[in-house]
Amino acid sequence: MAQKQTAKKGKRKKDLHALAVFTRGIIRENSLFVLLLGMCPALAVTSSLETGFGMGLLVIFVLTLSNIVVSLIRKAIPEEIRIPAYIVVIATFVTIVGLLTEAFAPALHESLGIFIPLIVVNCLIMERANNFASKNNVVLSAIDGIGVALGFMLALMLIGGTREFLATGALAYGVYLPLPLEGSIINAGLTLFQMEVFVGPAGGFIVIGFWLAVFKAFELYNKRKKKEARDRWIEKKKKEAAERKRRKAMESAGGSA
Amino acid sequence: MSPTVFFVAIISAMLINNVVLLRFLGVCPFLGVSKRSETALGMGGAVTFVMVVGSVLTYLIYYYVLEPFEITYISTIAFILVIASLVQLVEMFIKKVSKKLYKALGIYLPLIVTNCAILGVAETNIREGYAEEFGVMSGLGVAAASAFGAALGFTLVIFAFSSIRERLEAANVPAAWKGIPISLIVAGIMALAFLGLEGIV
Repeated sequence: MAQKQTAKKGKRKKDLHALAVFTRGIIRENSLFVLLLGMCPALAVTSSLETGFGMGLLVIFVLTLSNIVVSLIRKAIPEEIRIPAYIVVIATFVTIVGLLTEAFAPALHESLGIFIPLIVVNCLIMERANNFASKNNVVLSAIDGIGVALGFMLALMLIGGTREFLATGALAYGVYLPLPLEGSIINAGLTLFQMEVFVGPAGGFIVIGFWLAVFKAFELYNKRKKKEARDRWIEKKKKEAAERKRRKAMESAGGSA
Repeated sequence: MSPTVFFVAIISAMLINNVVLLRFLGVCPFLGVSKRSETALGMGGAVTFVMVVGSVLTYLIYYYVLEPFEITYISTIAFILVIASLVQLVEMFIKKVSKKLYKALGIYLPLIVTNCAILGVAETNIREGYAEEFGVMSGLGVAAASAFGAALGFTLVIFAFSSIRERLEAANVPAAWKGIPISLIVAGIMALAFLGLEGIV
């Protein structure tokens, strides 16, 4: 992750290939772990793997459609009122998605509660509308929306899975989403080690802090390795130069003699 | 209804259901604007003002505009527009009236539109059903009181958090934990402490 980041930073060229746009949002510019956008839902709806997954699905829907619409109308909106215009577009899709969830996944609607309308103020969606969809064509905006939202969903699922596993010792599915089967993906049977604090608010903060530190540690490790490799390279070049100099001096000394 | 209702609403919104630590609303400014305690207090002041006025306005719009016309399903769109334009209005008003206050709060005001605590509290006021419980007009008072309490809770927590972060700057923290990760752990411990207040009211 970090390696790519530093490698690309030097060039800073605008590579707007569709695939690059898609993958960038998932890992290199992961909205949650790298850009720290969308913290509120990341804390509030990740008490289990499935609520994180459900929230991720809603965000994919809203972000993709809002990116498409913003991109379509980007030339019609005057610069000064673009933010209210984006807000209305986003709020419309959030309302649609709220009504759909209420109809088809009532348990999810119940457990996400107030955080469904609050997708409107998720900085992630606004940021993509303002910084990407308002400057690029429809197809790229749609791809960007799916990529970024997918990255967000994976991050939510990672946090949700960690919290659920620490709290219950298992990962359940089919509780909130209308899936064909009910059961659990993993059931370690660790009833003795259930730490209920991780389902609560405090656990949310601590688990996200933990994962952020893990990713930061990876980044630092990569950076250090890269620096070491560079230092070694510089050292080698220096030695070579010194060697050449010495040989030259010897040659000239030999020539004069 | 007795004045204790208001008192209970304020205390409950401020401490027992703290917006940031227990309801996860407004975490972005909580992490973003808490590097120094003065800016944290400025943000708290701006949020308090917008939250109370915004809650009253959205409450009135819900019960006097949206409900009579049976269009409550567009409440999210209506609320966010009201809050966005309110913030714009407040910004213009403060700029005109007090240059000093504008300098102190000015930069935080645009940030407030995307502060989910404002919209979250406005939505909660409707969902809690104060209007059904106390009647529409008295419910407005309770809604305003709980918005005020929530804003006080936000200010309290963001100020305490920023004071801790100022000390953390000087602490010897492992490189990977520096900055946001250790701050989140601190927030988690604060949330644990607030959990202990459960059941007071």
